[in-house]
Amino acid sequence: MSDALLEIKGLRVEFDVPAGRLPAVAGIDLTLGRGEILALVGESGSGKSALSMSLVGLNRGPRAHISGEVLFGGRDLVAAGEKELRDVRGKDIAVVFQDALAALNPTQKVGDQVAEMIRTHRKTTKKAAWARAEELLGEVGIANPRQAARAYPHQLSGGMRQRVMIAIGLANDPSVLIADEPTTALDVTIQAQVLRLLKKLQTEHGTTIVLITHDLGVVAEVADRVAVMYAGRIVEQGTRDEVLFSPQHPYTMALLNSVPRVDGPALDRLPAIAGSPLTGVTRPSGCAFAPRCSFAEDACDSAVPQLLQRYGQSGHLDACLLDEAARRREVAL
Amino acid sequence: MTTPLLEIEKLRVEFSGSAGRRVRAVRDVDLTIYEGETLGLVGESGCGKSTLGRSIIRVTEPTGGAIRYLGHDITRLRGTVFRQTRADLQMVFQDPFGSLNPRRTIGDSIAEPLLRARGATRAEARAAVDDLLDQVGLGREAAGRRPHEFSGGQRQRIGIARALAPSPRFVVADEPVSALDVSIQAQVINLLSDLIRDRGLTMLFISHDLGVVRHIADRIAVMYLGEIIEIASRDDFFAGPAHPYGEALLSSVPALSAAPARERIELTGELPDPADPPPGCTFHTRCRYAVDVCRTEAPALREVADGRQVRCHLPLIPVSALSTASPVKGTS
Repeated sequence: MSDALLEIKGLRVEFDVPAGRLPAVAGIDLTLGRGEILALVGESGSGKSALSMSLVGLNRGPRAHISGEVLFGGRDLVAAGEKELRDVRGKDIAVVFQDALAALNPTQKVGDQVAEMIRTHRKTTKKAAWARAEELLGEVGIANPRQAARAYPHQLSGGMRQRVMIAIGLANDPSVLIADEPTTALDVTIQAQVLRLLKKLQTEHGTTIVLITHDLGVVAEVADRVAVMYAGRIVEQGTRDEVLFSPQHPYTMALLNSVPRVDGPALDRLPAIAGSPLTGVTRPSGCAFAPRCSFAEDACDSAVPQLLQRYGQSGHLDACLLDEAARRREVAL
Repeated sequence: MTTPLLEIEKLRVEFSGSAGRRVRAVRDVDLTIYEGETLGLVGESGCGKSTLGRSIIRVTEPTGGAIRYLGHDITRLRGTVFRQTRADLQMVFQDPFGSLNPRRTIGDSIAEPLLRARGATRAEARAAVDDLLDQVGLGREAAGRRPHEFSGGQRQRIGIARALAPSPRFVVADEPVSALDVSIQAQVINLLSDLIRDRGLTMLFISHDLGVVRHIADRIAVMYLGEIIEIASRDDFFAGPAHPYGEALLSSVPALSAAPARERIELTGELPDPADPPPGCTFHTRCRYAVDVCRTEAPALREVADGRQVRCHLPLIPVSALSTASPVKGTS
């Protein structure tokens, strides 16, 4: 891995909910390497969005309890004040959301929205900002940027709106782009275009990208490294090839098996994972996946397994205390 | 799988768009659905696949064409006769929550179509509900609970139980697993496969996800701008689509394998405005093989191999198969 751009240490994010305190992120250590695309993968409630939002303080509030450290450029963003964070957001670390229609202002031309982001962080004339906005819209692959800049969000297609969001994210040439399910609402042909754009940003601008997704195909397509999350913790972490093609954790294995694919053998039955992801405030005392794990033993319930290098290559970590043979037993479907 | 259950002829659905424009969401579709098959209907948002699915069972009324169910024209049936026929034709929605009354127990919601359309007694309905809840894996204890007490995957099981209550012969499932997590999605796909097999159901399975469709459908129909542009058996389609759009669609699905990436065919541009489709072949504006004739002449949906139809002047299949080709259906 290249040198560290951002370091997450012991991060916990808890929210007060009617039922108690929800541990959305239950203790995470993770390093983001300069220039890489890191995919955060998980199902609903795994904490992948809560993790990424807390990198830029977007989930602070009276009901949120955030502890740990996020070290970036010599600062701790967890401890940083709101003013300092505002300076980081958009300039150094930009966020692109899944729902572009909700994130864009419906009453403002998209060119103005891109230009406004430029002028928030840089002293420049309105005219220069507008010209740069058109340029950015072209860079993200909008065919007619001059015309698109003058359009309102509802006049653009879903794929175009997502490109506008990426253009706003790129307005100040950030070093980190957090993309939260950026292609989930898009059709596959448009998704392919947006993924290619992310890859281009990485190779041509050296942008570091945190890609949050539930889609393992998307991960295979663009990620350099992958962290798989379950119930607020990382259960496996490694390079794309390690995690997707030599998975170590039973959850990763089961998740990969349950994806209906367009290639490979057409199975009569998909190997589904029993039960549902954990979403409530109470968590088991041991491994959170144990209740759904087909390999689980009594020991799995006694303590939360640490994320360590166990049977994988250096840098390939997993949080499963079963020995390698026990994790790969044949289990009747 | 050779007895037609539903024969759809020149089915058309038009909506009035803004500024008095007519949007033809479904453009003269001809389609036969055979008894016992699961037909996967795929295409991108706005292609008309949901509208076609809904209009086949008249959840959305067609504005033209005919639907024959077991040989009988049901396009203009009204009143009691239609209600009885409709009990045979049911629908599973993407968001089951939206179709369930939050204040009623799910037992009551599932029993309703039985009481209304099939004239069951309360006791018969209760017994049927218990059986259905067992079959969809929720257990009969669930009958007294309300929709908000269930997770997304469980709600979809309720939606399936409700659609199956009147013992339909045909079910339109519109993106039934699209809102579910991957691990839950696999459970629901398996459940649907079991029910199709055990009950001999015929199904139109609508999805934008080609991987999901491959695991459940026997045949595949691809839609683009309101028209069916390819129909093929599941295996033929996934071995290599005959229509350039099908080819691009399949190649756009991210591959989850360590093998070298398949050739990626990038579709440039956006879907044209359905209210103002391009002349000639509606796909020519994004097609990498397009020649002059494609820009002026609309191709007909024609049979290019056994059981395989494609709406293209230059289909992507061997010429030997082409020589025996004959037009099967007229163009719009």
